Amino acid sequence: MELINGYLTLVGFGETGWGALLLAAAAMTLGVSVCGFLTGTILGSVITFMQLSRYMLLRWLADGYTTVLRGVPDLLVIYLFYFGGSAFLGYLGGLFGYHGFIGMPAFLTGTLALGVVSAAYQSEVFRGAFKSVASGELEAASAVGMRPWPKFRRIIAPLVLRYAIPGLGNTWQLVLKESALISVTGLVELLRQSQIAAGSTRRPFEFYLTAVVLYLIITWASSMTFHRLETRTLRGTRRAL
Amino acid sequence: MDLAFMWETFLTLLPGLPLTLELAATSILAGGILAVIICFIAVVGGPVGRGFAQGYVFVFRGSPLLVQMFLIYYGLGQFRPFLQEVGVWAFFREPYWCAVIALTLNTAAYTSEIFRGGLQAVSVQQVEAARACGMSGPLLLQRIVLPIAIRQALPAYGNEIILMLKATALASVITIMEVTGLAGKLIADSFRAFEVFIVAGAIYLAITFLVTRLLMIVEFWLSPHLRMKPPALT
Repeated sequence: MELINGYLTLVGFGETGWGALLLAAAAMTLGVSVCGFLTGTILGSVITFMQLSRYMLLRWLADGYTTVLRGVPDLLVIYLFYFGGSAFLGYLGGLFGYHGFIGMPAFLTGTLALGVVSAAYQSEVFRGAFKSVASGELEAASAVGMRPWPKFRRIIAPLVLRYAIPGLGNTWQLVLKESALISVTGLVELLRQSQIAAGSTRRPFEFYLTAVVLYLIITWASSMTFHRLETRTLRGTRRAL
Repeated sequence: MDLAFMWETFLTLLPGLPLTLELAATSILAGGILAVIICFIAVVGGPVGRGFAQGYVFVFRGSPLLVQMFLIYYGLGQFRPFLQEVGVWAFFREPYWCAVIALTLNTAAYTSEIFRGGLQAVSVQQVEAARACGMSGPLLLQRIVLPIAIRQALPAYGNEIILMLKATALASVITIMEVTGLAGKLIADSFRAFEVFIVAGAIYLAITFLVTRLLMIVEFWLSPHLRMKPPALT
């Protein structure tokens, strides 16, 4: 009982509790994940266009991108953006006559790194989804005289999104868990905040356990959301199974 | 692009490669055994066993590996007197073993799901046919269920192996100097992120390439029934 009470004061919202900070950090985790995921969606659809292009060079570039980004540890990508970005900013600063260190903002690093990595996964999801759009639907759109843009907006995008939802859900879970790695750049998200709390109270077990529970809540809630989204977009379709 | 610097980088990173491979191999092997145990508990343990397996998978797949690693490495240090008494402190003191334990527990969750999927792919008819021929128990498992399940699970298992190779990079955060750890240190020292990224990335891609090739050979070897039949003599 004493154990539980002690734990509750530790992670609670009282004077000495870390509850509010942990919740704010969880919000930061969500924020950087959402920004990274959306960046990945935009970049991923561009890469899907390249993969489906009729020019060999574009296809080749897109394949190279997905192979490299899916084969390299995400931590390396984060280092690349953090240190590479700082070096680039320093170079820009040099052009304007400033010769000091300019650190890459951690949130931007996180968004870019998560976006670039998840784009590789999302483009594969989109490509698979595009393959399952019936060719008759595309032909019908052309037959009624749709130009490429209306055809994309009205026919391709809604259908591809519908088929892509399960795969996008998986990618979102990946991004969410990967966002913990951004803590190495110093962004105060859930893991970093737990580290800080663990360091100043010397109770690492309680705080990392709390972090695990908060992550589980977020992943559980998002898998529920994606499941509901899936059933919603699938109303009006018939499935064999 | 400075080729001399990149060659130097390559020579700096190469000593980390055995550690990366060792971490991956140890945790994949141990995780595979643990996954079989979890699958077994789920199948024979009734509702309790199934609940346990589902809970295990939910916890280890739903939270980031890095947090699990921190929980084991830093968190368990809090229980040092107890761990010393039980005699396992020697394990939890070393970052290497903590990384191996975290990687093992994590991959076991994913792998047990892959194995479950493989076992479920064995159709009832195939098992019935085997029983009709008089096979049962271990013989049925050895001749019918396992070959089909393994063949079915192989592609997903291959993906998991590659994910684990990449996941070993997280061990660098708890001070283990494998390829990514050395690369991170080199980047921080030299501030040439791009070159180091290219060299380290190339090392990982080379291992991934080798692993996928090996898996393709295993897949070919396990699916003689899918290969094209020789043309019939007429």
